[in-house]
Amino acid sequence: MMSSRLNIWIYISFVLICVFCKSIARNRNTLMELSPQEYFSILQTGKTSLVYFSQDVSLDITIFLEELKKAAGPLHNYGISVAKVNCAKEEASRYCGRENDWTKAYLFRGNILLREFPTDALFDVNAIVANVLFALLFNEIKYITSLEDFENIENAMKGKTNIALIYVRAIGTPEHRAVMETAFVYGTAYQFVLTTETALLEGIGAENSDVISGSLFFFHCKLVLDLTQKCQKTLLEQPLTILNIHRFLKLMDAPLLTEITEDPEKVSTIHLQLGLPQIFILSQENTYEMDKRTAEIVAWRLLGKAGVTLLLKDSSDLNIPAHINVIFKRAKEGVPVDFLVLHDVNSIISLVENNIPIQNNESVKEYEEGEMETLNLGVSNMIFSRINCGDWSNVCTKQNVTEYPVIKIFKEGEKPVIYTGMLETEYLLKFIRLNGISCPVKIVTIEEAEEYLNGELYKELTSYSSVSVLGIFSSSMIKEKENFIEAGKNLKGFVITGFYSEEDALILSKKYAVTLPALLFARHKEGNIDSILLSNSDAKDIIQIIKRALLGIFPEITVENLPIYLRLQKPLLILFRDDNLNHKDEKEMLPLVKQKYLETLIPCWLNVKTTPVGRGILKAYFKHLPPLPLLVLVDLHSQGQVSAFPLDQTINEKNILLWLQRLEAGLESHITTLSDEEWKPPLPAYNFLSRMDATVPYTEIAQFPIQNMLRCAKTTDLQQHDKGHSEDKLGKNSI
Amino acid sequence: MAPLRGCSGLLLTLTLTLPWALAPSPFPGASFFPHWDYCVLGAGPAGLQMAHFLGQAGRSYVVLERAAAPGSFFTHYPRHRRLISINKRYTGKVNSEFNLRHDWNSLLSSEPRLLFRHYSAAYFPHARDMVRYLGDFADRLGLQVRYNTAIVRVTLSKHPRAWNGHFFILTDHRGQGYQCSVLLVATGVSIPNEIDFLGSEYVEGYESVSIDPEDFAGQNVLILGRGNSAFETAENILGHTNFIHMVGRSRIRLSWATHYVGDLRAINNGLLDTYQLKSLDGLIEVDLKDIAVVKDSEGRLRITLPILVERADKNASAQAVPLPQDEVDNFAMRVPYDRVIRCLGFTFDFSIFSDTLGLAPGKGRKKKYPLIKASYESKGTRGLFVLGTASHSVDYRKSAGGFIHGFRYTARVVHRLLEHRHHGIPWPSLVYPITQLTNTIIRRVNEASGLYQMFSVLADIILLKEKATGFEYLEEYPIRMLAELETLTGREARHGLFVVTMEYGKNFSGPDKDVFHFDRAVWDVEDAWQSNFLHPVIYYYHCLPTEKEMASRAPGWPLPRPVAIHHIVEDFLTDWTAPIAHILPLRRFLENCLNTDLRSFYAESCFLFALTRQKLPPFCQHGYMNMQGLMGNEELRRHGIESGLMEDYSAIDEQPADQKPGDPATPVHPSQHATSIKEEL
Repeated sequence: MMSSRLNIWIYISFVLICVFCKSIARNRNTLMELSPQEYFSILQTGKTSLVYFSQDVSLDITIFLEELKKAAGPLHNYGISVAKVNCAKEEASRYCGRENDWTKAYLFRGNILLREFPTDALFDVNAIVANVLFALLFNEIKYITSLEDFENIENAMKGKTNIALIYVRAIGTPEHRAVMETAFVYGTAYQFVLTTETALLEGIGAENSDVISGSLFFFHCKLVLDLTQKCQKTLLEQPLTILNIHRFLKLMDAPLLTEITEDPEKVSTIHLQLGLPQIFILSQENTYEMDKRTAEIVAWRLLGKAGVTLLLKDSSDLNIPAHINVIFKRAKEGVPVDFLVLHDVNSIISLVENNIPIQNNESVKEYEEGEMETLNLGVSNMIFSRINCGDWSNVCTKQNVTEYPVIKIFKEGEKPVIYTGMLETEYLLKFIRLNGISCPVKIVTIEEAEEYLNGELYKELTSYSSVSVLGIFSSSMIKEKENFIEAGKNLKGFVITGFYSEEDALILSKKYAVTLPALLFARHKEGNIDSILLSNSDAKDIIQIIKRALLGIFPEITVENLPIYLRLQKPLLILFRDDNLNHKDEKEMLPLVKQKYLETLIPCWLNVKTTPVGRGILKAYFKHLPPLPLLVLVDLHSQGQVSAFPLDQTINEKNILLWLQRLEAGLESHITTLSDEEWKPPLPAYNFLSRMDATVPYTEIAQFPIQNMLRCAKTTDLQQHDKGHSEDKLGKNSI
Repeated sequence: MAPLRGCSGLLLTLTLTLPWALAPSPFPGASFFPHWDYCVLGAGPAGLQMAHFLGQAGRSYVVLERAAAPGSFFTHYPRHRRLISINKRYTGKVNSEFNLRHDWNSLLSSEPRLLFRHYSAAYFPHARDMVRYLGDFADRLGLQVRYNTAIVRVTLSKHPRAWNGHFFILTDHRGQGYQCSVLLVATGVSIPNEIDFLGSEYVEGYESVSIDPEDFAGQNVLILGRGNSAFETAENILGHTNFIHMVGRSRIRLSWATHYVGDLRAINNGLLDTYQLKSLDGLIEVDLKDIAVVKDSEGRLRITLPILVERADKNASAQAVPLPQDEVDNFAMRVPYDRVIRCLGFTFDFSIFSDTLGLAPGKGRKKKYPLIKASYESKGTRGLFVLGTASHSVDYRKSAGGFIHGFRYTARVVHRLLEHRHHGIPWPSLVYPITQLTNTIIRRVNEASGLYQMFSVLADIILLKEKATGFEYLEEYPIRMLAELETLTGREARHGLFVVTMEYGKNFSGPDKDVFHFDRAVWDVEDAWQSNFLHPVIYYYHCLPTEKEMASRAPGWPLPRPVAIHHIVEDFLTDWTAPIAHILPLRRFLENCLNTDLRSFYAESCFLFALTRQKLPPFCQHGYMNMQGLMGNEELRRHGIESGLMEDYSAIDEQPADQKPGDPATPVHPSQHATSIKEEL
């Protein structure tokens, strides 16, 4: 019953730890070493004691003695003293004599022998405490082996006492000890029932319980008055430790449903004290009975997980909005309560039970591991985890995840945020870091505003957002400010935004020479600040204004940012380089860029070294790789024409302008025109219909002419594609 | 409808136990009986399942149950107490939807504790565990059931403002009346099937025959019937009788040969073994109408022919009745029997329904079930739906609609149809961009339990959006109602549709067929259409089939001829996630139906396309152009290049290419930019 491989291992490890330990003490709290005479005088006091009689101390016994020593303290707490009696060689009493084989320990109450234990059964401190208490609690704790035994107890307890049914893997395990220690305290309050039979668990319909270590079921029999009815049961979902059991029993003892009229903010309940949430269901006089029943249903389902209280609205003078029907209070102090409108019991339950199973024990792919590591380095206060929606499809559905992969950030007390950008470490890191501050930031002093603008305020974040946006409003511009706040929230994670709307906003207005309301753009890299007037702009407009201001005037095109520029629907004037921009390029290009003439174009540059796919693009334009630098005009949106600045000319302001004018006048020829071909299926599909027809012609089995079946099809069978019917354009016409 | 309109929102939202029954009918001029929008007859698995859906949707409903607790059928049946519905506790997977594919006993709910595996460890569970489970299901979900209420009469009462033009008036055994707008009949098949023949009075019924094997010791037993109840009875007494003979009209149908779980299950077929191993037991094919039972002078039962009995004198004793063996002395049933046991199944109780309801029995073998449409609505009365076992006429001997693991889904179908019809709530659906099409289908065929259990009956419907930029996904729609999809679901199917089903091979199984024949498995993707085992099939239509087309489907086809069809090849593990064998052919099929390119691309490839072509594939358009896409890192790029999915652009040098100048710009073959199939998933 008690020897399992695990125990042997515990045993061996204790051998290693304890073999060199040696200490002797006479404190009651520890193992007493007594002579037989001393011992027998103690017996007369009528106390309970666990005694080992020893003569020679062999190695095996040393280990036992060490464990016995450890057990002395805990057992003393229950009024049990532990002693080792040193028998003299010549001693010949009953316990010290020859017949004693030194492999037993004895439990006495006064001088009555209650039990003798083989030292094997007392293999460690847990086993000693568990076995001794188990023996003393013989009447309080029923040990059973069959379902029938249990059903008899259950029937006997109905209407009288609740039952704690405990399964442990074996006698003497740490779980067993925890149960015994608890039973010592609660022994009379409940009927404790102990079993080591897993079959019994299955019999009560609890196969899902923890058969590895142990489990505890609380049977609510006291409430059951109808003897044909089963007792409801609640499973302790935590491991069997003294603390967990104690806490659990306390929760089971708490009233199922309480009623209050006070302010939930000020109420303290046993659940809150134990770190569990409290749910207040609001009720009024005319619906009281029904609300109470609802609350009871909720309470039963949340038993052991949260407290439920009926808040009587009519008899309280609380100012709670009329439509609110549930208040949710967390155990954490200082966290305000949530006022909720919930439409069914399940939503109340899910408030408490909405914990997401997270799968993180699976071996993470090398790629993701690398990314995670980088992210972990950048963001230390966040836990990264993955959910495989293939396994947890119900969780993903609940989270409204329909495309993969999706990254969501969950923060206590906040709505989850979905990351909508590129799957790229730097971008994600930026998003996470910028999400760390509450955008837009409220700036309250002029000094703070200056710090914000010169990048001091969020120094560590300016590398993620090279532009900080500050909205300035006079204190009366309420609507304008609200629009800006909405825009700032929308851009959260992408750019730092802040606003200033104090009385002295005019100081900033004067300093940056703008009339209010206005936006200031502090470009930290360039070290300059521009301003834009905001007149009659709603949140959407403001978002557009900010987004536009974030675009560079002569940007480097990368894989990540191209879509932003493509959205502007203008031809791209791209300078291909195989390195970074040099001073000369800038000297030629920057004045050009600022000219009105180029407003219809997007002048930009591309570094084929950092964006190697640029070479592929050049190869597509030229069929080979031309020498760089090279200037190309790509008109993606009207004709798809690509023109190249003549290779034999120097790239300078004057020549470029001239070339652009000649292009416009149609004097320059294009090097290529981009294909406007649709993206068709790359390969044909298996035509199963024709294969079936080849076996059994459909016309033979059809009871209906096929043509009618396809009446909304413009032409014939689509899958004749792979038969080479080139006139088949059906898919295109019909969908 | 809200009988307590005017009360605070709090009451309506919080009170699950609202006493609807106390509210008089809200329809002026209607009866004075208490009114509910939905009345469910019977608190068995189907009734409770429906009640849960109605409760969740906040509908006014009541379940009326004759017994004092749910699942009363299971308190008595099966007589030998072993359920033959499997209770598979382990599948090695955590996907709860997938696990329902192998859980034949649980009802649908979001409560993880209400899974049958928590109620029994037995693979074939004890019937009392089902009773306990159903009790818990009703309690934990707070279902509104009126027990001890036996409805003895159901009639119609016309009313112009009633949802269906009439109310259902129910009368219970105490004479109390109830009025309902919609009636959901979930009373199962409760009446033992009896066949009237000469001497049928000597026959004992399955419902009352002793289940103590000792009572059969040393007896000759004749069992009438060929179903699971007959074999279950035989199995129980096999070792105590002299021999058992079984008589039935048709040849034996083994469920593993027919894929129909209502046919004889292997767990009950011990007698087949002892018959074929010459141990005195045996099977005989004969129509029960062609036999007669007479008692001989020793009180034992003799089998004879009706014609011989009729010829004999009416008052003659058995000895005087000529027996077949008088003429044919090797007549098979010439031995006297100590007992004849009737195990002929059960019939729906039609007796409580007034004729005006027109609830008629089906035809032929389906006569034990009421006649209903594929939407589970009665053919005769609008607003009367049949749920559960009694609704099995829809898929009798085909799918699982007569069993818990099937009708839990069809009850949901009925609920969804009603939500649309009476509450304007369209059939639930999700809208996706077209780039998710392959993924979504793959996910469903790998986990969906409704498609799997109710194969060929329920199907997922994919309604394409204009220009196929996106699609709407509807789960588990009754396939035979496809023509009426728009009116029944409130969803539009104007731009073409896919229908996703699960099917067995058309000619694979049947009572005479060798389902274990060599080479039965199809491996080759090209032969997927010949797959024998349950596998996904996808139909493509340009428009919804008409009712006429549905009615004239070719034999063996669940749907009319589509524009194109795709079979995903059967899989030994029913795991259709193999990139080459399962996903790629599916994607090609979808691409060819939609005439587009559904591959996924790295952001870098999209970048190249954006600057070298005027049009982008859907994946780049939907993802990359919205600043989304896989950038990856150096490692990923290397992987892409090494596996030939991407070109190594850094290796392009300045050597002029061989291509003739003036060629249209065709950069690299697009397929080289596809991300690997795995990454596409």
